Amino acid sequence: MDTDQLIKTLAADNAHRARPVSFVLMLAMLAAAPVSLLMFFTELGVRPDVMTAMRNPFFDLKFAVTLALAISAITVCLHLSRPEASLRGFGWYLFIPAGLLVAGISGEMMMPQRMPVMTRLVGNNSKVCLTAIPLLSLPLLAAALFGLRHGASARPAVAGAIAGLASAGLAATLYASHCTDDSPLFVATWYTIATALVTAIGALIGSRVLRF
Amino acid sequence: MREREDEWTGLMRSAISGDDAAYHRLLKAVAPVLRAAARRGLARAGQPVDQSEDIVQDILLAVHLKRHTWDANAPFAPWLFAIARNKLIDSLRRRGRRIFVDIDDFAETLAGETPAETAPAGEVAAQLQALPARQRDVLQSIAVESASIKDTARKFSMSEGAVRVALHRGLASLTAKLREQ
Repeated sequence: MDTDQLIKTLAADNAHRARPVSFVLMLAMLAAAPVSLLMFFTELGVRPDVMTAMRNPFFDLKFAVTLALAISAITVCLHLSRPEASLRGFGWYLFIPAGLLVAGISGEMMMPQRMPVMTRLVGNNSKVCLTAIPLLSLPLLAAALFGLRHGASARPAVAGAIAGLASAGLAATLYASHCTDDSPLFVATWYTIATALVTAIGALIGSRVLRF
Repeated sequence: MREREDEWTGLMRSAISGDDAAYHRLLKAVAPVLRAAARRGLARAGQPVDQSEDIVQDILLAVHLKRHTWDANAPFAPWLFAIARNKLIDSLRRRGRRIFVDIDDFAETLAGETPAETAPAGEVAAQLQALPARQRDVLQSIAVESASIKDTARKFSMSEGAVRVALHRGLASLTAKLREQ
């Protein structure tokens, strides 16, 4: 087939309209969400004292941080699904959750505490946190990568890493409602390690499956 | 050059709103620019430049299948060159070399530049043979025999819708096979 013939063939297929990447990504994530939810409710579940916990601003802050991470990472990876896109001008989105966390830590530092810093940082649930967040995020990560394959990212590893951040953000939102460690120091330590793990997995798989 | 790129953007907008002829013109217009850039990339990687046609076809397929990632409010050329650069690096890497490709390779190409002799492309044609029979027949009918969708439908006793589906799937699996090889 010479190039003119190929061009003629492509022109004949011009009527075909693909769905936007955002649509496919959202659909895939919505399809994967029940899997993560099922895993969460069968293995972990919401903590029993959730009604009282909600009055604790540091409990609420966990959701602000994890949701900010999920939303900004989804925004950035949708941006990166276009071939000419770079992180420039979009990278700062990822600092929003970090900023919230830093603000939370400073807030907690200024308040009188019953427990010493190291006790709050180490907490009681670090092992569960490091297992639950990556496991809960796997179905979402698979969905995010599937959705992004519909795009054309020029930086597959970076796009995959951001997809990892997004799915870890969502998984951490679920996990936060189970975990009884509410100190921002705990979140900054263990949630971050768990998220970094998922990000690395995302980058690794992304560099293979997001090439177009 | 600015004028040329504005023209491309206009053609692509018309193509997306359903103008097949505009799309055909656009692809015809960008092919020589892609060819020249592919030859330069191959030359710099120390590879035979007469393989450029395979790369051009690879880029054109990617442009076609990923055109929904182009933002119709943005200029077309940067998007095209990003796709082309990606595909060029990919092909060079597959050929065993890793090389830096400058985006200016594409932008600097003059419209009138006609490259010298180029070997016919073989990769797409070879992968075509590996497609499911229905997709291959439809693609061959439209590409080689220049049949319209209507004529192809009549020839294979298919509906026009089924021809369109086979055509698009055929192009998508061709691209997937090229990527895997």
